[in-house]
Amino acid sequence: MNPLESFELAIKNIAAGKVRAFLTMLGIIIGVMAVILIVGIGNGLSAYMVEQFQSMGTNTLNVNIFGRGSARAVSPDDMYALVDDNPDYLALISPTSSMSGDVKTGNETYSTSITGVGEDYFDIRQYSVNSGRGLYFVDIDKRSRVCVVGSYIANEYYSGGAVGERMRIAGTDFTIVGVLAEEADSEESGTDDAVYVPYSVASRLSGAAVNSYVLTVVSEDEAAASKKIVENKLLDVFGNSNAYRVQSMTELLDTMSQMLGIVIIVLAAIAGISLVVGGVGIMNIMLVSVTERTREIGIRKALGAKERYIMSQFVIEAAVTSAIGGLLGIAAGYGLSTLATRILTDVTGESLAVSPTSTAVLTAFGVSAAIGILFGYLPAKKAARLNPIDALRYE
Amino acid sequence: MENKPLIEFRSVSKYYYMGDNVVRAADRISLSVNRGEFVAIVGQSGSGKSTCMNIIGCLDTPTSGEYMLDGRNVGDLRKNKLAEIRNEMVGFIFQQYNLLPKANLRENVEIPLMYAGVPKGERKRRAVEVLTSLGLGDKLKNKPNQLSGGQQQRVSIARALVSRPALILADEPTGALDSKTGREVLSILQGLHTQGHTIVLITHDGSIAKKAQRVVRLEDGRVVYDGDSALA
Repeated sequence: MNPLESFELAIKNIAAGKVRAFLTMLGIIIGVMAVILIVGIGNGLSAYMVEQFQSMGTNTLNVNIFGRGSARAVSPDDMYALVDDNPDYLALISPTSSMSGDVKTGNETYSTSITGVGEDYFDIRQYSVNSGRGLYFVDIDKRSRVCVVGSYIANEYYSGGAVGERMRIAGTDFTIVGVLAEEADSEESGTDDAVYVPYSVASRLSGAAVNSYVLTVVSEDEAAASKKIVENKLLDVFGNSNAYRVQSMTELLDTMSQMLGIVIIVLAAIAGISLVVGGVGIMNIMLVSVTERTREIGIRKALGAKERYIMSQFVIEAAVTSAIGGLLGIAAGYGLSTLATRILTDVTGESLAVSPTSTAVLTAFGVSAAIGILFGYLPAKKAARLNPIDALRYE
Repeated sequence: MENKPLIEFRSVSKYYYMGDNVVRAADRISLSVNRGEFVAIVGQSGSGKSTCMNIIGCLDTPTSGEYMLDGRNVGDLRKNKLAEIRNEMVGFIFQQYNLLPKANLRENVEIPLMYAGVPKGERKRRAVEVLTSLGLGDKLKNKPNQLSGGQQQRVSIARALVSRPALILADEPTGALDSKTGREVLSILQGLHTQGHTIVLITHDGSIAKKAQRVVRLEDGRVVYDGDSALA
């Protein structure tokens, strides 16, 4: 009697009681389905998160300088030199200095975000200029009174045609040279509600030194090394790591992905508990089945079945039941994932896909088959131990 | 053929302990059956004939004494070894037929061969052969419950014969049959005896026992008669 025959026998026995077999499998089906769905949602979320981060630029480093008295300082020129000296790691740099103050268009006064930036800032942020031009090196060098505005300002105060118009910022007249393309939804206080001026001008008007920068790294894989280069430079200057902060978006993303990963694992483990419950269900039915088939077991033993044949017959039957449940669960998991993707996309309007991984699917299947073997063992042992004389007499 | 008996009981006893009472189901029974014999073990219920059958069929082991089957002491073998011996040496015929209801006739007859490790093709061939010789060749795919009692008992005879065992052990084979089909089954057994099979028949019915060549009568776990069936 080889395992293949035990397998055939198991299939026959399961097929003989389809409704019962299905109910037995139900726990496993639901468990596998839940695990696949949850892992799928996790994958969808993390893919969505990565995408959002990437649109913000995962290749950027943010540098904040708090300083240490007046004796030591880092000037924009020092930072530009740092980037030039490390072309393998650092690509672009722009100082960013926020300015406060009212903005005036004609007679209308309002507040918006005013940032002093370098000529590469729009490239770093991946903002594109819709009309006019961006800021040039010469604007920064000559401290030209020019500015670039976001689409909200252009639409709201200049009815779209802002290029060439004038704007008064903190009491100084500026010429608008460019309008950026819409980034968010042109809402108030959004990304598009902003004015950008040369950092040299901002620094002069506010009377404060530039204290923050945004840099891009050459390769995201080398983000940590690139970050280290900037940190070493700043540590050199300040001699104290509390005087500055360098933040890598890649690292931030990694940290968040890690946290999300842990949450997903915990949720999947909770869903996995239902697999165990399913296993107990299988054990229960197998015990009933052993009792029902006592006479059959007696006959088989009288005709020469050794304990291990009876044992393997029942274990294989439990494992096959469980594995079929696993397969049905995988099918249901995929079905629900597709449905969930459609619903989430419709409801949120974002492209949020619930995508099960093959690892999750294989693990769920493997675990369900293993649970069948584990929980089939006890009933099988009971069957194998039956005394043939008593079993033959059993009515 | 060798001289040693196929079955030899040397002062075999089987005790059951029920609380403080000891039930002596078999009390120092000595008995031997040679190859080719047709022996009926007869006795009322409680006489110990079922215990004897269980021991002869290697379903049970004696409390004391020795049971030699084909010259081999099987009294203290392990369960798996006993299963192997049952499979090789004994063909069982039960009162209730004990066929598997979900399997068809051919599959039922194949079971002992399956546990003996006979390959599928050969198993099938031998099962069909035996069933055909017992007049059931046209019902191979039928389920047992589609058959009459007599036919079912013939299937169980086929199952007992298929592995060509040294011993056919029939436990009340006519108990569930009407007298006409009962006689048919007995004549099949007699036919098998003529062909040289060794048959041990267990029954409570003296008139059925007379169909055998030799009768062993048990009472209270002891042998009270052992001899020619015509004189029993």
